[in-house]
Amino acid sequence: MNITYWGTRGSLPTIKPETLQYGGNTSCVSVSDGKTLLILDAGTGIRNLGDSMVRDMGTYFDIHILLTHFHLDHIQGLGFFKPLFIDGLKIHIWGPPSTFGTLRSNISKYMSPPLFPVHLRDLPSELTISDVPKGTFTIGNFSISSDFICHPGPTLGYRITEGDKSMTYIPDHEPNIGSVDFPNNPEWTSGFDLAYKTDLLIHDAQFSPEEYAQKIGWGHSSIQHSIDFARMVEAARLDLFHHDPGRNDKELEAMYIQYVDDTMPVDVFLAKEGQKIAM
Amino acid sequence: MAQKEIELILSRQFADSLDTPIFITDTLGNLLFYNVPSEKILGLKYKHTGPMPVEEWSTVFKPVDAIGNPLAPEKLPLVISIRDKKPAQADFWIEGLDGTRRYLSVTSFPIIGRGHRFLGAIAIFWENVEE
Repeated sequence: MNITYWGTRGSLPTIKPETLQYGGNTSCVSVSDGKTLLILDAGTGIRNLGDSMVRDMGTYFDIHILLTHFHLDHIQGLGFFKPLFIDGLKIHIWGPPSTFGTLRSNISKYMSPPLFPVHLRDLPSELTISDVPKGTFTIGNFSISSDFICHPGPTLGYRITEGDKSMTYIPDHEPNIGSVDFPNNPEWTSGFDLAYKTDLLIHDAQFSPEEYAQKIGWGHSSIQHSIDFARMVEAARLDLFHHDPGRNDKELEAMYIQYVDDTMPVDVFLAKEGQKIAM
Repeated sequence: MAQKEIELILSRQFADSLDTPIFITDTLGNLLFYNVPSEKILGLKYKHTGPMPVEEWSTVFKPVDAIGNPLAPEKLPLVISIRDKKPAQADFWIEGLDGTRRYLSVTSFPIIGRGHRFLGAIAIFWENVEE
């Protein structure tokens, strides 16, 4: 399983010299085994992924885009993903079932005028759009589990397993909600089953604890909650993700140094755009 | 220990945020959570009991009518919401373990999650003034 971070930023693209190290593109992570390509979210980072696919590869993978939810920072890059404009190319988009419209209609709200010049229905690629089934399903050699997690609107987390290795992607998550004594009550903690004993947890760490105190219910974690959650689920590695657009590289590192130390039972890193992880 | 469904987790968050007594049950009527205001009704504390099987909490929660006759379980709103997956409402009296008699209005409704999944029920209690 090869994982690449194409976008690690939360909420808003923040591309400027001060954010080049950890990146300014919004959520997009690819997972591939050389045959199947899973793309987790379609934030602005998906544009570079699409460009690299067109540039570097004569043949295409079996391509699946798995959306966690419909907030703009997770779908904004979709219209700039070049493979969508390749005639006849098969692409499968998966997303959360919703009580307010079908997945196609929810994607079309963005992929249509006046917000976007091209209608979803006019794309030349051969699109399949499906609700993510409850529980576990299979794409190629990957076993994929999903579950709704605490974040405003229907929002999924994904766990992808290949052989004995797993990665869990929960980019927008507020596990402190609902669990009165978080992180001591796994039974009442959103995302616990999904992330339990995962090898790599990619998890929301948008806020400092002080910022979180002012933004309870917004659907995001403080860095401390992210670390607490990783400890609780006994993840082997935590990559802090969905960096706040107001924080530059130096400020991200300062927050990391303040809250992460090498005595922790989990290895903690700041997710970095462009980074590749082989599992 | 399996994690609760997100709809139950958020229901607990809702219940925990209110100053109104609320019970949350699973699909079998087992009491998954009751908030601090409802501890007066049960005469028990959640931090001491944790979740309770239906056989256990139903021995504590004994509703009666105006003249003290026990109410048949099938008349109770929570039972109706679990059995029929419908909202229900009733007024009755209850005597807590502390011996206090309370006149309550009870509203209950099923918890139907995304994908039309039946996950349990919620009962909300309002204390009435006995005339």
